[in-house]
Amino acid sequence: MKISRLLKTIFMIDFVTGLLIAIKETFKAKKTINYPFEKGLLGTRSRGEHALRRYPNGEERCIACKLCEAVCPAQAITIESKERDDGSRKTVRYDIDMLKCIYCGLCEESCPVDAIVQGPNFEFATESREELYYTKEKLLENGDRWENILAANIKADSSHR
Amino acid sequence: MESYFSILFTEVYKILFLLVPVLVSVAMIVWLDRRVWAFVQKRRGPNVVGPFGLFQSLADALKYIFKEIIIPASSNKLVFVLAPVVTMTLALISWAVIPFGEDFVLADINVGILYLFAVSSLGVYGIIMGGWASNSKYPFLGAIRSAAQMVSYEVSIGVIIINVLLCVGSLNLSEIVMAQQNLWFVIPLFPMFVIFFISALAETNRPPFDLPEAEAELVAGYQTEYSGMMYAMFWLGEYANILLMCAMGSVLFLGGWLSPIDIFPLNVIPGPFWLIFKILFLFILFALVKATVPRYRYDQLMKLGWKIFLPFSLFYVVLTSSFLLYFDLLPGK
Repeated sequence: MKISRLLKTIFMIDFVTGLLIAIKETFKAKKTINYPFEKGLLGTRSRGEHALRRYPNGEERCIACKLCEAVCPAQAITIESKERDDGSRKTVRYDIDMLKCIYCGLCEESCPVDAIVQGPNFEFATESREELYYTKEKLLENGDRWENILAANIKADSSHR
Repeated sequence: MESYFSILFTEVYKILFLLVPVLVSVAMIVWLDRRVWAFVQKRRGPNVVGPFGLFQSLADALKYIFKEIIIPASSNKLVFVLAPVVTMTLALISWAVIPFGEDFVLADINVGILYLFAVSSLGVYGIIMGGWASNSKYPFLGAIRSAAQMVSYEVSIGVIIINVLLCVGSLNLSEIVMAQQNLWFVIPLFPMFVIFFISALAETNRPPFDLPEAEAELVAGYQTEYSGMMYAMFWLGEYANILLMCAMGSVLFLGGWLSPIDIFPLNVIPGPFWLIFKILFLFILFALVKATVPRYRYDQLMKLGWKIFLPFSLFYVVLTSSFLLYFDLLPGK
């Protein structure tokens, strides 16, 4: 036993075996995806960039109840509301500081009208910190851009709510 | 005066002709290293910048150039700045004596192998200067480790070189290659080749002997305080050294620019290409070893160097010389 161990050490059998395994692994299929060109599957509940949705007639869903502002653990949301001429309460300011946000999804969960949602987009890096302070316009624009996917996700998830 | 300038011009031209390809290949070799490493781990590695990600290192270098160089307040500033310069310069001047083909060498000096050995021994100064001048604990510990490691393995490399010199009878690198026309030294001196390879890993601080920059215990060793272009210079110097060790291995053991067998389709390929193939082969082995073998403990490293490699290569010197003497094969007769 001891002699075989010594011979193994001298001829570096373990080392050569390891090297051969490494060479063999080199030609196997890759386990990682080719990221920027090829993306992984996202669940319907994935929590990415925020969006404010509208009703099909173009009316904002948000009723300025401020539940999301209250529930936000990072206190990233700032809302100011005002009564509109037709008597409905709407937001005049809806800001999310994306740098404070921890992407927990509580705002989405607390929203009674499915106005604030987190979409599937997670690639929104910017060159300055200021750009990551999202205003109401930016959030509504996001909502318009991702509406199809957002609506489909909410519909797919509705049976679990 | 005019002749002085013309000589200077031709020499600078020759040096640039050597250095630019070396620097470009260093950048490519970093990419190759990362790619091989990734492939062994079934990842893709850098593949976005340029074709197959070939320009990744150039993008990295560009990033380093635009980064801020931070010099620690308590450091010895002159030595701190000098250290990466020394490392890089020493890594590059060794290339002067590497023969790329018959009469295709920048400085065909008689003591080529001695020059290589001397310059690679000096390489440890860059690291010690960097570690000491940083005036910080991790760089200092890394530098001390590195000094001890490089000195120990230099000894066994020296004895291995003696083996080769016994078979050649000359210190000139071109003559060492020409002596391998019939038989590459890797065949009769195979154990020495293996020990040379392992010592080269230790000499260039490559895994599994990357103790000077063992990130688990020493942050980044002697490079901890470096940033921006100075870090990049250490990094370039390190890879230039690795490439040089591969070149040295191919010249000493794998027949330099010679084709494996002197038959038609192989011997029309020009010599420099053969040398490049051999350097690449050795480098891919380096990269594979990095991907497979876990890091050595420091006492194991020292034990391997002093208690196993040194006695064994000394024994092999005796063996080689008695073999040559007994069969009357001594060179220069």
